[in-house]
Amino acid sequence: MSKRKTERLLGLVVCLLSTRRYLTADQIRQAVPGYPEQDELFKRMFERDKEDLRELGIPLETGFNHPFDDDLGYRVRQQAYELPELRLEADEAAVLGLAARVWQRAALEGAAAGALLKLRAAGVEAGEERPAPQGIEPRLVTPEPTFGPLWEAVRDGRPVTFSYLAAGRSEPQRRELEPWGVVNRYGRWYVAGWDRGRDDKRVFRLGRIAGAVKFCGPPGSVTVPAGTDVRELVRARDSSPAPEHTALLRVRSARGVGLRQRAVSVRPDETGPPGWDLVTTRFADVGWFADLVAEFGPDAVVLDPPDLRDAVIARLKGVLA
Amino acid sequence: MSTITSTERLQRLLALVPYVVSRKVVGLAETADAFGVSERELVDDLNLLWCVELHAPDPYCPIDLSYEGGEIVVSQAESMGRPLRLAVDEASALLVALRMLAELPGREDRSAMSRLIAKLEAAAGEAATVSAQVAVRVDPLGDGAEDLAAQINAAISGGRRLHLRYYVPDRDEATERDVDPMRLHMVEGRPYLEGWCLRAEAMRLFRLDRVLALTVLDQPAAPPPEATPVDVDQGLFRPSPDDERVELELSAEGRWVAEYYPCESVSDLPDGRLRVVLRTPDTRLVRRLALRLGEDGRVISPAGLVAEIRDAATAALSNYVVLPTAVHCGRQCSACGDAAV
Repeated sequence: MSKRKTERLLGLVVCLLSTRRYLTADQIRQAVPGYPEQDELFKRMFERDKEDLRELGIPLETGFNHPFDDDLGYRVRQQAYELPELRLEADEAAVLGLAARVWQRAALEGAAAGALLKLRAAGVEAGEERPAPQGIEPRLVTPEPTFGPLWEAVRDGRPVTFSYLAAGRSEPQRRELEPWGVVNRYGRWYVAGWDRGRDDKRVFRLGRIAGAVKFCGPPGSVTVPAGTDVRELVRARDSSPAPEHTALLRVRSARGVGLRQRAVSVRPDETGPPGWDLVTTRFADVGWFADLVAEFGPDAVVLDPPDLRDAVIARLKGVLA
Repeated sequence: MSTITSTERLQRLLALVPYVVSRKVVGLAETADAFGVSERELVDDLNLLWCVELHAPDPYCPIDLSYEGGEIVVSQAESMGRPLRLAVDEASALLVALRMLAELPGREDRSAMSRLIAKLEAAAGEAATVSAQVAVRVDPLGDGAEDLAAQINAAISGGRRLHLRYYVPDRDEATERDVDPMRLHMVEGRPYLEGWCLRAEAMRLFRLDRVLALTVLDQPAAPPPEATPVDVDQGLFRPSPDDERVELELSAEGRWVAEYYPCESVSDLPDGRLRVVLRTPDTRLVRRLALRLGEDGRVISPAGLVAEIRDAATAALSNYVVLPTAVHCGRQCSACGDAAV
């Protein structure tokens, strides 16, 4: 950090904020101390400073005071710069602190802290003190290194490319995506958007992206179609259909708690050897439910339907193969 | 002084002036605290602000302030009296978090959240629109979770002990235990009760959808001093050196295992297969995993576990052979395979 640079940038902001007229680069150089004499050096430094201000979100405007002016002028309109008036009730201020803590140690931690600082600067008393525990205090984590670049791509509307290792594949594939949004589900991050190669909507799991995410187009070149709900896109990907099938299982007494928990009915099996119950349960997908039943090994037996029974037997045989 | 960039410090300076202006008079110590800097750093900031000088064309100082006697007063702030509007990242961070919080079960401050969301959206203006493209889905857990969360909240604020009937899938057991509840917690998108388990004499996390029954007891909760929150930021599985070391071979279809369980090592084999090493406090978890994976996952070691899994699969298959069923069989039989009876 250079103190001289901070001083110069601060002077530049105050100067641009206090002018109503557009100031040319030369006028700015006269008004703000700290710029070099040499033209070329000044030009380069001024370019960098403008970039720094824009990155902070300072709305730097360019224009001319008169139609016949030769040199472009700069200013920052007070109204565009200022955070609008904001008054919070005590309970609103309390949840504000809670919201900022959600990102602790995660990707947007700095952004959340920056927002809180500005709101405090606007006079909001966002209590650091923790309110009495009242409900769940969740944290978001972003261990995926690709979260940062993908969030930037979504924010700035830029297409990206990356290598993706889809489930069940052994080789990663190159994908080109117009990202529409990032969504967290069960603690995992997904990016949804338009897959240019597949010419269709696609959802990708950040944890399966191999290597770096690269931008492959300028900011503003991605348009999110109106009415797109990125949460729905991610949910539709893995939501289970309604449990419309019925299974009849024999489950050893006092075992198979996880199967009994979802049962429609449980009754002792009086037809076979003692120590077993007949459990009737609903399920949606044969593969998914066969995985679950197989977990219980010798404590659960499928009687019906036959396709479920075969699927469980196939898994058990697979163990012995 | 911490290493921050010039623009980061500029950000702080731009917030500092309105922070004081909006409070009229404010103590040095309190302000340093709010900005997370030392009093010395704060005084440096104030001096820097006071020294700003513009030539336009005559020299003048736009900011006038004093901090005599430990009290800061800004008497002239020019056009810096209000903070800079929220950036897209900043507005999104808060709005995404608030929308997630507003969906959680068992929170009584939802009305405050929706009011705050509306106010922030209005204040952030355009910067708020991108936040709709980031979301955290909180899946509805059904009415049961909402009731459970409310009961647990009441027990926490009333300082009461809980009795749980809790399902442990790794062991396929419904366990009974008394728990001194400490907080409701969200880990990997699911709500958990965190508390001192009297049976385990340790802090434990209980997934709400595995709570089979819950009673609030008359006894007061009395967690011991060593009952402190579990650090789950690194994930729920925290392998310990005492855990059993298990070696597994996974097919391409079984690769998900390497993503769901923290593995000590993962190495690629031909055809998209993987060899992973994981540690577990209870090998029954791996036994269940192997049974569901079938040919997509094979335990390589330890030998005792390999035998145990084979025995379990053999016993499970024999259930299908001895049980009288309609399709059993003189022709092709699913249980006996090619060796039809």
